[in-house]
Amino acid sequence: MTEPKSDRKHWARDLKVTLWTLIVPPTIWAVHFLFCYLWVAVTCAKSPTPGTALTGFPLATLIATIVALLGIVAAGYIARVQSETPGDPAPHEQGTAIDRLRFLALSTRLLAGLSFVAVIFTALPVIMFGDCR
Amino acid sequence: MTTESTQYIAPDQNDPAVRKGQEDRLREVWKPPTGWFFRWTDVNNNRIGVWYTLTAFGFMLFAGVLALIMRTQLAVPNNDLVTANTFNQLFTLHGSMMMFLFAVPMFEAVSIILLPQLLGARDLPFPRLSGFGYWSFLIGGVFVSGSIFFDAAPDGGWFMYPPLTTRTDLSGLGADIWMLGLSFIEVSSVAAAVELIVGVLKCRPPGMRLNLMPLYAWYILVVAVMILFAFPPLIAGDVLFEMERLLNWPFFNAEKGGDPLLWQHLFWIFGHPEVYIVFLPSIALFAMLIPTFAQRHLLGYPWIVLAAVGTAFLSFGLWVHHMFTTGLPKISLAFFAAASEAVAIPTGVQIFVFIATLWAGNVKKSTPLLYASGSLAVFVIGGLTGVMVAVAPFDWQAHDTYFIVAHLHYVLIGGTLLPLFAGLYYYWPLVTGKKLSDKLGRIAFWIMFVGMNLTFFPMHLSGLLGMPRRVFTYPEELGIGGLNLASTAGSYMFAAGVLIVCIDLALSPRRPKAPRNPWNAGTLEWLALPDDEDWGIRSVPLIESRYPIWDQKNFVQKVDEGRFFLPDAEEMRRESIITTVLDARPLQVIRLGTPSVKPMMTAVALAGVFILTTYHLYIWSAVSGVATLACVLWWLWTGTAEIPEKPTKHIGHGIEVPLYTSGPSAPGWWAMFITMMADATAFSGLVFGYFFFWTIHNDFPPSGTGLNGPGVFWPMVALALTLTGWAATVGAREVHRRGNVGAGRALLVVGIVATLSSLFAGLAGPWYSGLDPELHVYPAIVWTLAIWTAVHAAIGVIMQAYTFARSLAGKMTPVYDADLRNITVYHHFLALTGIVTFCTIGLFPGVA
Repeated sequence: MTEPKSDRKHWARDLKVTLWTLIVPPTIWAVHFLFCYLWVAVTCAKSPTPGTALTGFPLATLIATIVALLGIVAAGYIARVQSETPGDPAPHEQGTAIDRLRFLALSTRLLAGLSFVAVIFTALPVIMFGDCR
Repeated sequence: MTTESTQYIAPDQNDPAVRKGQEDRLREVWKPPTGWFFRWTDVNNNRIGVWYTLTAFGFMLFAGVLALIMRTQLAVPNNDLVTANTFNQLFTLHGSMMMFLFAVPMFEAVSIILLPQLLGARDLPFPRLSGFGYWSFLIGGVFVSGSIFFDAAPDGGWFMYPPLTTRTDLSGLGADIWMLGLSFIEVSSVAAAVELIVGVLKCRPPGMRLNLMPLYAWYILVVAVMILFAFPPLIAGDVLFEMERLLNWPFFNAEKGGDPLLWQHLFWIFGHPEVYIVFLPSIALFAMLIPTFAQRHLLGYPWIVLAAVGTAFLSFGLWVHHMFTTGLPKISLAFFAAASEAVAIPTGVQIFVFIATLWAGNVKKSTPLLYASGSLAVFVIGGLTGVMVAVAPFDWQAHDTYFIVAHLHYVLIGGTLLPLFAGLYYYWPLVTGKKLSDKLGRIAFWIMFVGMNLTFFPMHLSGLLGMPRRVFTYPEELGIGGLNLASTAGSYMFAAGVLIVCIDLALSPRRPKAPRNPWNAGTLEWLALPDDEDWGIRSVPLIESRYPIWDQKNFVQKVDEGRFFLPDAEEMRRESIITTVLDARPLQVIRLGTPSVKPMMTAVALAGVFILTTYHLYIWSAVSGVATLACVLWWLWTGTAEIPEKPTKHIGHGIEVPLYTSGPSAPGWWAMFITMMADATAFSGLVFGYFFFWTIHNDFPPSGTGLNGPGVFWPMVALALTLTGWAATVGAREVHRRGNVGAGRALLVVGIVATLSSLFAGLAGPWYSGLDPELHVYPAIVWTLAIWTAVHAAIGVIMQAYTFARSLAGKMTPVYDADLRNITVYHHFLALTGIVTFCTIGLFPGVA
């Protein structure tokens, strides 16, 4: 990829972009989702009564959610920088390396937005439910 | 890629005689086989795809007739047109056929036709695999659907909940036919997914970077990956299910420690993504036809990719919303309700992108667009009721009522069936060279649209008034007679619309040919000529735009005059170009499979395994299994990893690429990797089963006679042997690559001995500890994991022996070593399977 000299350098632009990086944000959502679901499923299946409280789960969810959101924000930030790589004019649908990069980065950025919302959705039930009933 | 081309003189594409010579050679090479039998051995995507589509369409009509019989039965209260037993078979077969024999295969069929055209490829990378998939589908489909004529159709509902279906005194042969017949079709679906993924990633034309790929290809990639992760859990469930029915291993039997809910989990981990697996490819057709009729580029290309990928992920977090009434903790339900609401976001994004494109464009009214817009309206209604039932408290009221029947039909008709009709009207000229009648198409649309709403809208009300699903009749006092009569009238109206479409299709042969690219579309598939040639594309173009026919100068002419890549078949071989994943740089020319009877024979042999097992003819089933193995080996030995007559080939414009690659740049390596991802997913379904049983029991593993085992010793021996076999295989690849053929062969022999020993050691644990799988679910699941791993070890040994034989026969050398590299991928996965199995069954009881 060739950049005009005047353009500022950014560390995030040196990272390699592939189809795998595209799915980083939704993968974080999936891991967070599984973490919450499995914690509850195992605790409740193993508990003797339905009224068993999910001790420690709200705090664990809070930490997991913050970690997941930070990961998604980081992926989204990197994608944002990359999607603003200077080069070809809009609408960025040429057969060039820069437009391919911009496309993958913009898609990653959009997925980061969706994953951010979805992670918050997953975390919300912990506000209302505290036990296995 | 090298540029060494001193002696090579490129053909002069300006000379008509040169072009004529090229065309003659291409025509000869791609000539379809003839003869009353051998014409069916064709493997070219344009024929396999059409057979596949027609077969799936036929199954759809059949399943539709079943629905009409049901609606006739339900037209009036206390009707006795069919018995309760027949009615059970009707709704089970209707749902199962529409899902497994129509919706999923139809997407694969359409993709087999369209994908090579969209990607400017001569064919998909594994044409014989397409053939195998088709014949498997046909045999399995006829087997399952034909059962109703013998009063032996499955009758437990399309999701086959145990214990109703696992108890042989409650469910007859139908349940086995469902499990084994549809498992067989699932295998062919996974095969198609492998082919489509490799097709999209590796067979794009030079220059078609990821951001220039037609959106249809994006959707296909996403959906095929979803199949890889969604179908295997069902295959795992099928394995457990049949073990219970045939061998009395109590996986779903609560009396012996099993749990019917495990089936529901495994089924819906498949079943919910399945909804999106059938929805996304249909909506993908919109992404192709909407730009054509708006006469502009699609707006928001990355937004569509967001929607497809986002939907794919979220769809795997929805499965429990089918199980809201099973008594799971409310907080668990809430997680799935949350994901169910979240998936509405990407779904909505797609719809807005389509609306925006039409808004910004210069819309040309047409029949395909009519179907597309009508289906969006229907789908949105289904989506909204979906948001309603995703709310658990509402679902508790609506669950198992006709409200759900209404919801799912709005989704599936709006999201799959009507979009397919849009695609039918849009792509018919591509396949036949002729347009369908706009007039008949519009009449059919309005009849279907009104009929569909008349059928299914009243069902919301009859459901809310208390009509349960799957009842063969209802009392007059319930007050739903009028609503049901309306539904029945609507269903006949809908059927009349489908009939008009069929008449339109039947009239097609009498119509004149349409001009080339009749809709003035911009994407590659419309390069096809009305009098189609079998070679797919005259020369493989260099792509610089998402809509090359609109944007690239003299594009069609250049393709037709062979001015792009690979305009010839000098060596009289079927060929296509393999490119890199991200930027589509040419990597290789592959030689494609030619018409052959082997795929068909393999499908017949494999069908024998499944069908004969249904009737408990185990010896004959084993014979079929051996025949299948023989067919596969014969097919591979004679048709794959062939050492080319020269190392490289010129494809035009000074580019010279290899005719053989191995490792991650080769399509075969990818196919192995992707297949093993699916295999690992199925295995994880079984492991999930083990830990699921651990969570529901306080004493797991239990103790008692026949329950203690398998101990630590044998599993650890098996693990050590598995890893030795793996290390020997990896070592063989490395020394062989460096030219030491003798050491490579010796290491392969070490690998064979170690892997074979691991097979026996793996089974020795449960065997010597006397675990009795009929007694309790613990021994049953331990045996299942051990047998799964042993079967995989056996396949691993066959692969090692095959590779050893290839080396001895001179068909594999240090330069041409694809076989060895591919089986190493298998052995990586085998090692992983061994580690998980033996640590679970050997070590977990110590820490549980």
